[in-house]
Amino acid sequence: MTTDECKKVVLEIIAEIAPDEDLSDVKPDVALREQLDLDSMDFLDIVMELRKKHGIEVPESDYGELASLGSCAAYLTPKFNALV
Amino acid sequence: MEHYEVAIIGAGMSGLAAGIRLAHFGKKVCIFERHYAPGGLNSFYSKDGRKFDVGLHAMTNFVKPGVKGTPLGKILRQLRISREELDLSEQKRSRIAFTDANLSFSNDFSLLESEVARVFPKEVGGFRKLSDEISSYPDAKLDEAYVSARSVVRNWISDPLLEDMIFCPLMYYGSATEDDMDFSQFVVMFRSIFLEGFARPLDGIRKMIRLLLDRYRSAGGIRRMRTGISRIETEGNRVSRLVLDSGEEVEADVVLSSAGLSETFRLIDSELDRDYASKEGQLSFTETISIFDKQPSEFGWGDDAIVFFNHGTKFEYQRSADPVDLRSGVICIPNNFDYGDRTLAEGVVRVTCLANYDQWTQYEEDQYIEAKEEWNDRIWKSAVQFMPKSGLNYDSDRVAWDMFTPKTVERYTWHARGAIYGSPSKLKDGKTAYSNLFLCGTDQGYLGIIGSMLSGIAMANQHVLRG
Repeated sequence: MTTDECKKVVLEIIAEIAPDEDLSDVKPDVALREQLDLDSMDFLDIVMELRKKHGIEVPESDYGELASLGSCAAYLTPKFNALV
Repeated sequence: MEHYEVAIIGAGMSGLAAGIRLAHFGKKVCIFERHYAPGGLNSFYSKDGRKFDVGLHAMTNFVKPGVKGTPLGKILRQLRISREELDLSEQKRSRIAFTDANLSFSNDFSLLESEVARVFPKEVGGFRKLSDEISSYPDAKLDEAYVSARSVVRNWISDPLLEDMIFCPLMYYGSATEDDMDFSQFVVMFRSIFLEGFARPLDGIRKMIRLLLDRYRSAGGIRRMRTGISRIETEGNRVSRLVLDSGEEVEADVVLSSAGLSETFRLIDSELDRDYASKEGQLSFTETISIFDKQPSEFGWGDDAIVFFNHGTKFEYQRSADPVDLRSGVICIPNNFDYGDRTLAEGVVRVTCLANYDQWTQYEEDQYIEAKEEWNDRIWKSAVQFMPKSGLNYDSDRVAWDMFTPKTVERYTWHARGAIYGSPSKLKDGKTAYSNLFLCGTDQGYLGIIGSMLSGIAMANQHVLRG
């Protein structure tokens, strides 16, 4: 998986959790919370959907890695690639 | 013995919401409900082929699509329900009606502000400061101590009539405490009713329950109806098993109970009952439902969706001394929501009043039926004084009526003393003395329909999904 594919996976999850958000122009290097209306409940759901849909575990100490789309991709892509 | 990761007691709003969260994230979860119908305190039934709603007058917390960070948006996201599916219609307007003053309000807060300026010109500055304070007040924390809302509101409002008029709707829609409420609860209710507002699906509570059941089922949740829990067995500080009414036993790693505080502890040990009896709610209600073959607009009642009324100037929100406290109440006219080109088939007028549990439960069966007829008429006569004069003849224009009492509430929801808002003492973090038993719903402390769903979501997230 490439980082771009990983960003797409994360955006798909956010689209499902927050269907009322416009995700057409999410900037990868700006915090998701600054661009979108996501609260801690939504971030918990992103983590749990990653586990449910893709078997990816994100320990609570790493939640900070999910701050922006870019940091999500940097953190998650190796995890996806390690799955196989 | 059947084993579940999570057992939920009660298929009301909080139990269903918790169940959806847990089932969605793969937990083996079962909801046990003693009644044959889901919904708990917000439910529905049929009588003579006609559908009646109980509980919900309107969904509170209405905000227009696109308004961010509000409770309605949170629960829809958490439950994966879209606004389109829920299909809410906004109220036309509502009113707080005291003998000497009326304040109209709608989902546009500026109407209430202008009404306060019209009726209480000296108070409007204080009212604005109060609403600013409430807008910016931090979200309620789970560990906050009780603070008297009356004492806080008096910092800004000096006219006792305006104070009572502000409190009346907020108490009727969610206070388990007589004559006062917790300030954090006041903030939640003020926002949900005045700053946000009322809306309703055309089909009322049935629409909401159907959506919740669909979500729960499609996520893989199990539901056992007509299956009450008669005992919670414990070992040390843990719940080990649940004993069903049939005698069957099931195991669960975690139990979420929406049964209520004293009601849940009674299931553990009837001896504990005495300790918790003092915590039982004292406030119960009655509601009459009158059905007409005309739309309320045809008898000149075409705007007000909800009318909170009070005879006289002093509003007393207390356990009723009489079977029904006729001094105040809430009129709900479900027809007066903006459904576009759709309408309800019949005119519906519901009136809710405070009622006395002990009196309603001491009647013999035929006395009970007589008392319902007598009080239904008296409630109507009390309420109608706050509505425009009309040519309506209550006896001949009415095609059906029904009434629920504290006895009905207890019979179908098993909430002690028919206290719909539960115990005055709440367990805000949901934790009990047992490490795997948590409360959700009414006695966890988020009240109202949105609050109850938020309670189920929050307790499932905190104690199971994160825990």
